[in-house]
Amino acid sequence: MHDFTPISALAGGVMIGAAAVWLLAANGRIAGVSTILHGLFSPPDIQWRAWFVSGLLLAGLAWQAAGLPVPLREGFPLGWLALAGLLVGFGTRMGNGCTSGHGVCGLGRLSLRSLVAVVTFMATGMASAYVMRHLLGAAS
Amino acid sequence: MSKLASALGAGFLFGLGLWVSGMANPRKVLGFLDVAGNWDASLMLVMAGAVAVTLAGFRLLRGKFEHPLRQHVDARLVGGAAIFGIGWGMAGYCPGPALTALSTLSAESIVFVAAMVAGGLLHRLTQRG
Repeated sequence: MHDFTPISALAGGVMIGAAAVWLLAANGRIAGVSTILHGLFSPPDIQWRAWFVSGLLLAGLAWQAAGLPVPLREGFPLGWLALAGLLVGFGTRMGNGCTSGHGVCGLGRLSLRSLVAVVTFMATGMASAYVMRHLLGAAS
Repeated sequence: MSKLASALGAGFLFGLGLWVSGMANPRKVLGFLDVAGNWDASLMLVMAGAVAVTLAGFRLLRGKFEHPLRQHVDARLVGGAAIFGIGWGMAGYCPGPALTALSTLSAESIVFVAAMVAGGLLHRLTQRG
């Protein structure tokens, strides 16, 4: 499961980038998933965000309907997931973006803010994964 | 095409990209973040592929941006990104993969997405004080 998959990674990445370009071209919007998600709870502009999130969900349903492998993880402690989710939700609002808004879109826009954000969350993400796996021995 | 249809289509393509690239799988994401383990560089190539396309596409669409480019780096940006990264490295989910994984209705995706929404609302409360 941890094998390097360069071809599918690049292909999927190109699709993600194309989706971001499409959303900007057609809607004039940035494909930042955290901003879109949290925007569902602060009117106006709820509708297009709901459609974008629906697209994300439909992609997963289509993937499963096509019988493609769905790598579900079993047994990861739900308490850790809840804490992780809280931090991701809070942090992405405080920092105005996540891997898509700052990463895919911000870097594509040559934003210094986004570059700083990406370097920061990569660094703390790596530190956090290290602590979880090698110091706390949490399930993976 | 209406703006709602294009939002749906872009979301669908974005989500499909997450599945194709393996990023909908939190173990694969953690395989990248855990540099001390059996390191998997795939996430870096996903980002490279995506940014190559946005670099070119956004250049062509320069006039389309709703907001001017902000370059101001402050403690809030760095602090928020740091907190996000800690959560990301704990479970291997960032917002996009978590939302498309929610389509499996797995217990972990439901718990994570609910907590993520709660975290965003919590931040909003701190802004009102």
